[in-house]
Amino acid sequence: MQLNGHRIRTVARKEWYHILYDFRTLFILFLMPVVQLIMLGYALNLEIKRVDLAVLDYARSPESTHLVNTFKGSPFFHPFPYDGSAANMDHLFKTHQAHAAMIVPSDFDRQQQRENDISVQFLIDASDANRATLIQNYCNRIIAEYNQNNTMSLSSLFDLRSTIYFNPDQKSAYFFVPGIIAMILIMISTLLTSITIAREKEFGTIEQILVSPIQSQEIIIGKVLPYIALAIMEASFILLLGMIIFDVPFRGNVILLMMLTTLYIITALCLGLLISTQAKTQQIAMMMAITLTLLPTLMLSGLIFPIASMPRILQWITYLVPARYYLLIIRGIMLKGSGGGQLLEPILLLGWFTLFFFIAAIRRMNTTLER
Amino acid sequence: MKSPDIIVKTENLTRQFGRFTAVNQVSIRINRGEIFGFLGANGAGKTTLIRMLCGLLKPSSGEATVAGLDIKRESEKIKQKIGYMSQHFSLYNDLTVKENIEFYAGIYGLNRKQIFQKQNEISKQLQMEPYLDSRTSDLPLGLKQRLALATALLHNPPILFLDEPTSGVDPRARRSFWELIYQKAAQGTTIFVTTHFIDESEYCHRLSIMDNGRMIAIDTPESMKKRYKKKSMQEVFGFLIREKGI
Ligand SMILES: Nc1ncnc2c1ncn2[C@@H]1O[C@H](COP(=O)(O)OP(=O)(O)O)[C@@H](O)[C@H]1O
Ligand SMILES: [Mg+2]
Repeated sequence: MQLNGHRIRTVARKEWYHILYDFRTLFILFLMPVVQLIMLGYALNLEIKRVDLAVLDYARSPESTHLVNTFKGSPFFHPFPYDGSAANMDHLFKTHQAHAAMIVPSDFDRQQQRENDISVQFLIDASDANRATLIQNYCNRIIAEYNQNNTMSLSSLFDLRSTIYFNPDQKSAYFFVPGIIAMILIMISTLLTSITIAREKEFGTIEQILVSPIQSQEIIIGKVLPYIALAIMEASFILLLGMIIFDVPFRGNVILLMMLTTLYIITALCLGLLISTQAKTQQIAMMMAITLTLLPTLMLSGLIFPIASMPRILQWITYLVPARYYLLIIRGIMLKGSGGGQLLEPILLLGWFTLFFFIAAIRRMNTTLER
Repeated sequence: MKSPDIIVKTENLTRQFGRFTAVNQVSIRINRGEIFGFLGANGAGKTTLIRMLCGLLKPSSGEATVAGLDIKRESEKIKQKIGYMSQHFSLYNDLTVKENIEFYAGIYGLNRKQIFQKQNEISKQLQMEPYLDSRTSDLPLGLKQRLALATALLHNPPILFLDEPTSGVDPRARRSFWELIYQKAAQGTTIFVTTHFIDESEYCHRLSIMDNGRMIAIDTPESMKKRYKKKSMQEVFGFLIREKGI
């Protein structure tokens, strides 16, 4: 692959002029993420106001009443006694009479005296996986509170080991903000470049470029460079916004995150260019860019639905969604403070995608006009 | 076999789109320094032929060489030798005149100094100093076309392909455009120009008439008029389409 730096700079400069002269797009570019971030951020930020908790108290002892009262004392739980059988519990969930149920065994007191495992069963409606996780977290907190206040026997602390089938991750609500950032970044970056070649096709300028000695790799590199600069500005802007508005903690290394964000952006920009070589018009290009980024990222990257709880086939498909890797990276760095070494696998896989889209765009560039 | 004076040569050049034949077995020879015209109604196949010669489209069958280079195997080398002005307006409307020149000169590898020289040269030749920093969209159409021609010539190609360069331009602007073409031809540039204006065919040294992908006549305008005993190219064209057209 031989490259002529002068020709690459020529293309890059020209793209930069296009960007600068198009104020409207620039404006939308910086406004759209603000709107999306705020809307999605609040939409996904499930503040649970009221959890109806059905209580099946087989023990009916002072201790079990004490446990129920602890739940009553919480602003989230509205416990109500349930007299039906445990087997009919799912009926309660289906009719939305309860979001969770607690079953206190008849030997609750005896168990406490034996000073070992005490089992109280919780059933949580996990049709909304995230809500279920939150409910589980709240239950944990209240059980901890009960344990502390339990004067009966200090050693008989019990811990909650409920099994949630649909959402094994322990999540908190702000977990979503990095995900939303990942989604906005890939969508906007892909959109940005998706129209660039399609526009040249619409206006016929592409022929003028293709009859010149410029190589397709020079066109692709020249076109991607100015958008990298633009997208990095955009990314810093969104990251800051997310941290300020939603109070997302930042535990890791800023430089590492920016470097990997740049890699992610380049992946998206190259995908956009690949789309652009295929689309005949700007409109088709934009449709393709949105279709290929928005839904897959929303549904299959682990942003909302945990990958581990997806059907096997969907789990395999998620490997094709670049946001999946970036999500691990951004959550890792922002929330856990992970370093590059711990994130090696997603980084390498994301890198492969970048390379793949880059080479594919160059190859398709050669055949853009052939029919 | 290859005469050094023949700079474009096609042999039964054919292009099909599906089952439709846009260019049907066209064989031509164009001499160095000629202004060669291609006359034909819309859809005759002029653009398809030019795009094949410029390496933008692969022929379905047949052979062609441009500047002695094979269009199938040596299209990369051909690119240095040709200038092309497509039938669409080929400048960027949102960029200024200077920026357009800078871009097209840059992709042909001209350096900063050469680009600067070209900008001056063009602005003098086309008398467009006041426009250099205006957006290209603000230029009068005739001037735009001449600027597009100038950008196609930035790298001094020995062969120039012009696809309906004067469509949509008023008669006066068309005349000044043809003056530029003559200037270039006088400097030895071979010019291959398509048109659907019959009067423009008189400006060409030699002319080929196309209809439905086939070439139905090739000669100088004078010989054509003499041979078919017509007073104007208008009548020759009408006669040929009736007699030989499909
Ligand atoms: N890419 C294409 N796909 C299908 N048909 C095409 C394509 N390009 C041109 N044609 C058809 O080929 C014929 C000749 O077109 P063209 O070469 O553009 O004619 P002209 O330039 O003389 O007006 C037209 O009927 C046109 O519809
Ligand atoms: Mg045409």
